[in-house]
Amino acid sequence: MKNKAISYPYIGWMGIFVVAPILIITLYAFTADAGGFTLANFRDMAQYASAFGRSFLLAAVATVICLLMGYPLAYYLARETGWLRRMATMLIMLPMWMNFLLRTYSWKFLLERNGLLNAFFGLFGLGPFQMIDTQGAIVLGMVYNFLPYMVLPIFSVIEKIDPKVIEAAQDLGADSFTVFRRVTFPLSLPGVLSGITMVFIPSVSTFAISRLLGGSKTLLLGNLIDMQFLGSAYNPHLGSAISLVMMVIVMVCMAVMNHFGDGEQGVTL
Amino acid sequence: MKKKLISLALASASLLGLAACGGSNAGSAANGVVNVYNWGEYIDQSVLDDFTAQTGIKVNYQTYDSNESLYGKLAGGATGYDVIIPSDYMIGQMIEEDMLEPLDFDNIPNFEDIDPTLKNPEYDPENLYSVPYMFGTLGIIYNTTMVDAGEDMETWNVLWDEKYAGDILMFDNPRDTIGIALKKLGYSYNTTDPAQVVAAVDALVAQRPLVQAYVMDDIFEKLEGGNAAIGVYYYGDFLTMKENNSDLAFALPREGTNRYVDAMCIPKGVENKSNAEAFINFMCSTDAGLRNCEETWYSSPLLSVREALDPEVVEDPFAYPDETFATEQCETFACLPADIRTLYNDQWVRLMNES
Repeated sequence: MKNKAISYPYIGWMGIFVVAPILIITLYAFTADAGGFTLANFRDMAQYASAFGRSFLLAAVATVICLLMGYPLAYYLARETGWLRRMATMLIMLPMWMNFLLRTYSWKFLLERNGLLNAFFGLFGLGPFQMIDTQGAIVLGMVYNFLPYMVLPIFSVIEKIDPKVIEAAQDLGADSFTVFRRVTFPLSLPGVLSGITMVFIPSVSTFAISRLLGGSKTLLLGNLIDMQFLGSAYNPHLGSAISLVMMVIVMVCMAVMNHFGDGEQGVTL
Repeated sequence: MKKKLISLALASASLLGLAACGGSNAGSAANGVVNVYNWGEYIDQSVLDDFTAQTGIKVNYQTYDSNESLYGKLAGGATGYDVIIPSDYMIGQMIEEDMLEPLDFDNIPNFEDIDPTLKNPEYDPENLYSVPYMFGTLGIIYNTTMVDAGEDMETWNVLWDEKYAGDILMFDNPRDTIGIALKKLGYSYNTTDPAQVVAAVDALVAQRPLVQAYVMDDIFEKLEGGNAAIGVYYYGDFLTMKENNSDLAFALPREGTNRYVDAMCIPKGVENKSNAEAFINFMCSTDAGLRNCEETWYSSPLLSVREALDPEVVEDPFAYPDETFATEQCETFACLPADIRTLYNDQWVRLMNES
């Protein structure tokens, strides 16, 4: 029983900073400014369907890019040993030691019309290209910021795969592609799933990236919610309703993903 | 470069502020402290040190980037701000919603020095709640190397010119941006006709593909770096930008423009009211006013500061417009009725949700 007591601080923390806010948001979402129960906030939300679609689309694109870039890197690093691996892991972690907003802000200077990248293209007589304040810049910001969250979980899962399993497959005559397809990849799926979760959720709810790199030209859910609380369209009830719906959609997505994750034993490509 | 670093730091600070959701506290409200919440890039920071040296009151200084985010914080229940500096229309709205504390002008003797034409303004008719901090005129700031020679810049219509697609910057807040479209269409900034507001937003929806970005203080970096050709901002900021990029020029649209006043107020229920009043009084001293003016280049409401300034600055008709100009060509934002404010919000979301 004593062991239980050491988890109380965390349980208290969760209660105050996770459970209570969700309850408050739920309360706000179902009430009107004048008080009393209402569903009007959810009805008003219909007009923002395009913002929902846009957010989920951009977050999905960023997640796919992170997966396509992150998986091979994680696979390679997990197979590598020695200084190269230490160095690469360090390089992946290094940017995470710096504030996320400062890193995102520095992309502004790279992507501007007279920024570093356009100056570089200018050397070859190309451009200038409009890169900042586009949806592409927002996806870039998401990929840049969240890529480590894709690489690290996949890396740690692949690293722990028992080499004997792979040797067994090879002994039974599987070529290297078949080993990957039938053994390594299915065993790495838990890492892939947590990587997808850790990239998709912050991407779908971001407001800082779209604000800094999107020039308020692309309204994402995070920006829409921000506007309701601290921005130009003050309405915390509507903001709470949007937050709640976003949370529910994300939870449904995750439940579906976990469902596939449970069946990983039988998953093959 | 220094300027860039400052704006970078301020931008990240304000975003961190945004990230920390409502209900944050600006610092413990013990004796000997005043919590000041001001616009970014809007003060000579050394003035704060002088205030502390002179009065022994420590200053906690934080910044925001729009009236709307200031309002959102206070309406969301944030406490711990002793002095805030909203603009005209927001002061009117806060008075209406009983969010401001009446000032004790016995503690603010320097109020004497305020330009009489700025006293008893429309947003605070009996002048009970606010002391003007700065005022200024809105106009078009453009890069002379990026627009056609001889282009007529003295009209809002240039912001709808397809030649400059992708080179135009607009405000990232509803009141200013919808106001520009209202003026372009020949309506008043303070119209209460819903059809006119909707027509203005229709014009903005049509303009949206031409706009590079909707910005607030990011406009400094955009225009100084030649990253955009045309933007709308205030004359004081134009003077600051011109120090860093001499290609920039300023034009006043003939359809009429906005003269804004930002004024110092005290939110309801503060603990350090007398410290807040001491701070407001200090900011109205000639020395502090002069240094703030020379740092920001906004127009000072203090008569003694105008006497102390370089005559060339005071005679600049854009900075200190004469009475006829101010009344005939400029309009100050009034506080709109609640239903029109709701319409502004809904229409603004409609504009922002276009893609």
